[in-house]
Amino acid sequence: MSAPTVEAANITKRFGSTVALADAGITVRRGETHALVGRNGAGKSTLVSILTGLQAPDGGVVAFDGRPAPPLGDRDAWRRLVACVYQKSTIIPALTVAENLFLNRHARGPARLIDWATLRRDAERLLAQWSVDVDVRRPAATLTVEQRQFVEIARALSFGARFIILDEPTAQLDAAGIRRLFERIRDLREQGVTTLYISHHLQEIHEICDRVTVFRDARHVLTAPVAGLSHQALVTAMTGEDVSLPEATRREIPAGVPVRLRVHELETRSSARLSLEARAGEVVGIAGGGSSGKVDVAEAIVGLTRPAAGTVRVDGRLLRPGSVPDAIDAGVGLVPQDRHREGLVPLLSIAENVTMTVPERIRRRGLLSPKRRDALTRRAITELSIKAEGPQVPVGELSGGNQQKVVMGRALAADPTLLVLVTPTAGVDVRSKQTLLGVVEDVRGRGTTVLVVSDELDDLRICDRVLVLFQGRVVAEMAAGWSDNELVAAMEGVDLGHV
Amino acid sequence: MSDTPMSDTLSTDAAPASGAAAARPRRRGPAIARLRDLALVPAIIAVAIVGFVVNPVFLQSDNIVNVLQSMSEVSIVVLAETVVLVAGKMDLSLESTFGLAPGLVAWLVVDPAVTHGLGLHVLPAAWAVPAVLLTGALVGAFNGLLIVRFGLNGFVVTLGMLIVLRGLLTGISGGKTFFALPASMTYLGSAEWLGVPASVWLSLGLFAAGIVVLGFTRPGRALYAIGGNVDAARAAGIRTDRVLWLTLVVAGMLAALAGLLISGRLAAVPAAQGSGAIFQVFAAAVIGGVSLNGGKGTVFGAFTGVLLLFMILNVLTLAGVPAQWTNFLNGAVILVALVLSRVTGGKAQT
Repeated sequence: MSAPTVEAANITKRFGSTVALADAGITVRRGETHALVGRNGAGKSTLVSILTGLQAPDGGVVAFDGRPAPPLGDRDAWRRLVACVYQKSTIIPALTVAENLFLNRHARGPARLIDWATLRRDAERLLAQWSVDVDVRRPAATLTVEQRQFVEIARALSFGARFIILDEPTAQLDAAGIRRLFERIRDLREQGVTTLYISHHLQEIHEICDRVTVFRDARHVLTAPVAGLSHQALVTAMTGEDVSLPEATRREIPAGVPVRLRVHELETRSSARLSLEARAGEVVGIAGGGSSGKVDVAEAIVGLTRPAAGTVRVDGRLLRPGSVPDAIDAGVGLVPQDRHREGLVPLLSIAENVTMTVPERIRRRGLLSPKRRDALTRRAITELSIKAEGPQVPVGELSGGNQQKVVMGRALAADPTLLVLVTPTAGVDVRSKQTLLGVVEDVRGRGTTVLVVSDELDDLRICDRVLVLFQGRVVAEMAAGWSDNELVAAMEGVDLGHV
Repeated sequence: MSDTPMSDTLSTDAAPASGAAAARPRRRGPAIARLRDLALVPAIIAVAIVGFVVNPVFLQSDNIVNVLQSMSEVSIVVLAETVVLVAGKMDLSLESTFGLAPGLVAWLVVDPAVTHGLGLHVLPAAWAVPAVLLTGALVGAFNGLLIVRFGLNGFVVTLGMLIVLRGLLTGISGGKTFFALPASMTYLGSAEWLGVPASVWLSLGLFAAGIVVLGFTRPGRALYAIGGNVDAARAAGIRTDRVLWLTLVVAGMLAALAGLLISGRLAAVPAAQGSGAIFQVFAAAVIGGVSLNGGKGTVFGAFTGVLLLFMILNVLTLAGVPAQWTNFLNGAVILVALVLSRVTGGKAQT
């Protein structure tokens, strides 16, 4: 048998003190569609950047077709060996499709002037070769996500590589788009293109991949033919064992406790739907994958977006749709999905960030009182064990975990009656995770209702019950004590038969 | 295959670009993006008709040459600003370069004996034109040093340069006007070639060159890539820093040349030459469809922008509007032209 298209062995890569890849490897055979799966932080993206020559491994070797990889500086050599469509688009919206395909390598005629007619014909030929049905004269901005991806695939392959890496290509696609992408991948395989397909959607793997490699916690766990591997076995390989973090103990919420949150037939503009009632002191999880609509639902509840239909009541009070001030006034605290975009003002101090939503609490005779502000902030710093020299430190100087604690502190500053946490532990270390999730236990003790919106099992484990969303619909409700496999399978839209 | 048949564009553009119709790419005339270029043409025709009605002199060749000459200097600065804007930067200091470059050279060249003590008379008059261009290039290179090399904000850097260069010109001239310029400095601004002022030929020639460079060369297209998405441009192998730096140098040289033309026309360099012109320059570029956010707009579009502005001003002059109202009308014209281009172009200006 011929040498594998790509073989990476004993790859180790460190970033500071964190190990991104520990003695991991992958072998992709010629002509196959190979899946690489793993949960966040498993080392998938690091492997991609090593396989595409963007980073050098600290240890280990990469070989293409049995020959050692070219030096890092030789971009052209890398592009002839491996094509990659990254999650982030590298298309320039204002330029035409044709020009995007041949950027900085335009066809030129006499006097080295660009020959647009030839360029367009080249572009048309290139797209026809990969049966991409797009008018090359259109500005790239007018393409759909799906068409843009196809154009990127064609461009990546135009450098001569017959091995392509697709990094979570389905993240922004709808079901129909995903189907067409799969057809495209099958076509590519028939034309002799080898594909490395990165995803954490197991359904997709079973549909189009021949073999699968699983990474977990920076290590290679297994490589096996997809056909012989059940969903359950894959889920087990992906999840493995986890560090000990807070968990909800089974408990019954007494019937007499009032219902605090009523979400009635809420429908978001992305047409995700949810109805929900939660009692005081109850912790409810809303789980689901990337395109499940869980974040849309959460943003509609807290007023960050205006829902298409439905109502939200907190303690019987009807919230004005799409109004964050009204939600805050009704006692809603929020930890938003992306702390960099919606959670923090990095140049302002911890104190200013924490008290941003509660100016009335730090007011004295009509003016903001720095003393009250600092006092309130010190309380947050202690409760959340934020590691900082004092309330005046700019938030931008803190570590990710401590920044997230500041976001949590801000959500808690108003003593909310409803606390909505969207992926509250994304990108934080285990210790911070423990603190952040531990706080929920204190808060619920005071009678606050907590919604945890996440796909991280650790976050969901603190919930009394978990609603699982899949493609915008609640597909399962699980009481505390669920098994990892059950929940992950439900999030992937797979019925294991005992949900 | 022929490229720009206007009627073809309009008819094929109306055909749906979806479903089966888009199955095979067909000949469609210029790309949709280029339609944006012609957006101001109806407005220009409308103004021409109005102008003709107001005063039949408007369409006589003398008056047309007059309009072209009055806009020739500013239009070259617009060209410079367009190139910078397409690359996703801004250069406010162009208006000061417009004054300083000829002013500095005049200071070095003119004889204080003739001009009551103004000037140094250290540079031979033959060197005047290269010295003006060199001054512009040096200003651009210094802007590039701060913006590209040190990564400072282009808006603030060039705002600082605008003030510094204006102050430098006021300093060396003592706030006075340089006159008694040598023939080498006045030639380009005052000569006539084939019965038309040289400055008109120069500005039209530079715009033609700009259309070719930005539309048909790799460095020109690199500007669009950089302005549109600098990371993607770098990923495509474009040396983004070098291109940006060169852009600023070229822009400085163009502004210096434009300043030389107007100094030649007036045979003098006032200390305030070009002061406040940058607003008109920006307005013309934006009216012509150049985006302040970079990556969008064409040289031809920018040309139609300046042309429209100066035609309207000319019509107002012919209509006998008092000079005291010029500024008010200037501003109003900019706003109206923006609205016009929004209506005809269909896209919001950014």
